[in-house]
This record gives sequence, structure tokens and C-alpha cells, in this order.
Amino acid sequence: MRRTVSFRLVVDPIRCDGFGHCLELAPELVTLDEWGYPILHSEPFPQSDRELLRSAHLAVRGCPRQALSLQKITNVQER
Amino acid sequence: MTVDLSTHRVLANYLGRPKSLAEHEVDFGPSARLALSIEELRRSGLTGRGGAAFPTSKKVEFLKDQKRSTRYVVVNAMEGEPAAHKDRMLLATNPHLVLDGAMVLANLLNADMVLVCVAREHTSTIAIVDRAIKERGPKRLQGPSFELRTPPGRYVAGEESALVNWLDNNETLPTYRPTKPSTLSIGRGHVLLDNAETHANVGLIARFGADWFRSVGTSSRPGTTITSVTGNGKASVVEVPYGTPLRSILNGASINYTPRAILLGGYGGTWIDGRHLDVGFDDDSLRPLNAATGAGVIVALPPASCGVAECARIVDYMARESARQCGPCAFGLPALAANLDSLARGQGSPGVLARLSALCDEIDGRGACRHPDGVVRFLRTALAVFADDFNHHAAGHPCHYAAVPPVCYIPHRADIKDLEWE
Repeated sequence: MRRTVSFRLVVDPIRCDGFGHCLELAPELVTLDEWGYPILHSEPFPQSDRELLRSAHLAVRGCPRQALSLQKITNVQER
Repeated sequence: MTVDLSTHRVLANYLGRPKSLAEHEVDFGPSARLALSIEELRRSGLTGRGGAAFPTSKKVEFLKDQKRSTRYVVVNAMEGEPAAHKDRMLLATNPHLVLDGAMVLANLLNADMVLVCVAREHTSTIAIVDRAIKERGPKRLQGPSFELRTPPGRYVAGEESALVNWLDNNETLPTYRPTKPSTLSIGRGHVLLDNAETHANVGLIARFGADWFRSVGTSSRPGTTITSVTGNGKASVVEVPYGTPLRSILNGASINYTPRAILLGGYGGTWIDGRHLDVGFDDDSLRPLNAATGAGVIVALPPASCGVAECARIVDYMARESARQCGPCAFGLPALAANLDSLARGQGSPGVLARLSALCDEIDGRGACRHPDGVVRFLRTALAVFADDFNHHAAGHPCHYAAVPPVCYIPHRADIKDLEWE
């Protein structure tokens, strides 16, 4: 059995007020729509990607509305 | 039992007025001591009639497995969809069948309270439910107590999280639930919420059993469905087994024209071409058309009508019904409505259709509830089904049917208070 852990940034759209801090803190994971609300990359990134994980953590901590969270996805593969 | 259930089930024996408890028990047999096992409910294959078609037994099992107990059973008869009226018809025919089902489900989960929710604006239905509950008397030794609740009737007020949210703290706002299935609670008590028609079917299954229930309909969607049919200026309610061809439903609603297009699933639903009259009204048959039965709303658009004008009005209504909690919905839907409005007025430009599609992509899947997704689905299918109309308007040509009064019913603007939420 092999376990792979990956992460994805998710937003609570009710909390989000479009401050846009996430774009500054994690530009690799976020684009903004025309009204300034974040569109988060839906593709999960692997745990080994330390750069992305760091950016994601910064975005989660830096959101003034606390609307962001990091979703952990554990995949178990039979070998 | 004296009633004939061969053509109608939950709408059986319409007297022109709601049945009293005595009349109800003559028709269907006694209400007291009705019981149903989860086994039997699972075997019946009953699915929710509110639109999502989730198996009712799975919902009950999921709540039974929770650590905390379920305290409330909610009957959702809000019917915020302007083109729907079947729950009101059901309560005006067999109100006690709905209460029977709620009682059975409450006993199954040991819940001690049933909350029947009717929109504040539906005053005659409120009177019916109020009378029916009073007829059942005060709380009996066994079984739940019944209460009527009347939230304000906004479009999203009937969305399950918004409704429970109002029951809990008087806010008709949807909540963000990233993991599903999730539980809804009032205070610390879990909630089982089902559409009124689902409850009525439980009331029948408890009496006549799963095999009887499965004897009509399709194997994946057994039983009947109540459809709300509009289009010819009249509103009809037709109860049919799942799988009945659209043609016979429209005949039953005395619609005697071949529609230009058919809207299924309401103002957050799917347009299909009017030629598809022989398709069965069940989810397996409708899936190839990317449509679903939803809560049984059918609008048959007459041949002489303008698709762009109809869509512009509906999207404008849906934009105003947004709870404005999420940015993509609060800004995206008005942007769609503004583009459609200028298009309908013949002030279109060649780029406007591409702009509408781009807005749909931008909004899709980005709200806390499914309200914006429904509008996107509605508009995407409209762009395909009414492609000729849209191209015509986008080229700046006046529409053939500009003078025809619109068909789809929209609650009067003056009746809708803007941005007022409880």
C-alpha cells in the first residue's frame, strides 16, 4: 500500500469578501475573477511541493476574512 | 380503505377542498399506529421529490448512524419556485397524508417534533395546515407533536440549509457545506428534512407496503410524481407514474399545441427542444438530454414566443433572488441579467453571446449553494435551444414575437422586497 498526500486550497464563498490578499500571497494557486473574487486551482498539489505548500499556508493565514482553508487529500493505492 | 389509487395516489380523491381527518381515515384507513421499518422504506426505493432525488432511506440511515439524536422532522412545503404549485395542491387535497408520513418518519428516528414549513405568502395553505394540525389534537402519548412554521417565501428560502437556518436563527440564508452528506441541525438536535410530496408517499408506503409502491413508475424511480405544468396561461397539476411520456403529461394539462421548447426543473433547470415529446418523464430517460425531473416543474413554451425575452425576465428574477452572500452570485447574476436585458431590447452586439458564455463559465460552481449553478444551467441550455432567437437578437434585428406577452410566470416586482432578509 502506498499513501500519497496532496493538498488543495478551498474558499468559503460566503466568508470571502474579495480582499484579494490570497492573490498576493499565493499567486501560483489563485486567479481573480472580474469582480475580485478568487478562483482557486482545483487540481491538488503534492505534499512534496514545499514552495506551494508554504504559499498556501501564507494565504490561509493572511486572509482577512479567514475564508481559506487547506484541504488534505489522502490517496491510498494498492500495489 | 375506500379510495381508488389506480390513477392518482397522493392526489387521490380530490374533493375540491382539503379532507378532514375523518374523511382522510375513511379514504386511506386509520392514521394512528402507522409504522414503517427502514427495511421496507429501502425496498420501496422512494426518492426525494424536492428536486435532488436522493433516496429517502439513505437519508434516514445516515441520521440514525449519527451520535447525536434527530429531534426534528421538517416538511418542506415552501415551494419558492414560481412555476411550481404542486405542494400547495397536495396540501389542499390530502393534508393528512403529508402529516402521516412526517409522523412515521419521526417515529422511525424517535424525533419528537414535526415542523411543517409553508411560505408566509401562501395564506390559504397556511390555513389548511393549521386546521389539519389542530384536528390531530395536542401531543399524544406516542408520536411527535406538530407545529406550523411560516418563513418568508423567497426563492432560496426553500433550499434545505436556508430553511433550517431560518428555523434555527431566523435567517433565510443558505450555509456553506463543503462536505456531503452533511447533517442539518436546529440548536443541538439533528433534522430530517423532506419535501411534502416525499412525506405523503411515506404515508402511503406505511399503509400499502413497498411492493405496492413499486408497482408503477420505473425500477430506478418507482412511484408517481406530481408535476406542475404551465404554458397556456393556466397552471395545472398532474400526477403521473415516473416514465410517463411528456406528451401525455401535457395532454393531461390540456396543452394542445406542440411547444417550442420545454423547461424542466424550474428556473434553475434545463430547456429542451419542443420536439422531445415522446421522452419519458424520469431521470434515466431525460439524462441523454442533460435534463432531470427535479421537483416536477414543466413549462411548455408556446410556438409564438421569444426565447430571449423569456430568459431575460427569468434571469433578472433569479438575480434579484440571490441571497448576495457569495461574490460570484451577487455580481455574476446581475451581469448576466443586464446583458440579457439589452439583448432582449434589441440592443445586442455580436460579442454579447460570447460574453454570456464567458460569464457562465466564470460563475459556475462558485457559490455556497446551487442557486448560481442553476441559473448557469438554465442559460446554457437556453443558448442552445433558442440559438436562432439569440443570434437574431445579437445581430440587432427586432424579434418576431416582441409584442407577445411573456409566458413564464414571475412574481410581481412590487411584491418582492429588494435585499430584505430575515
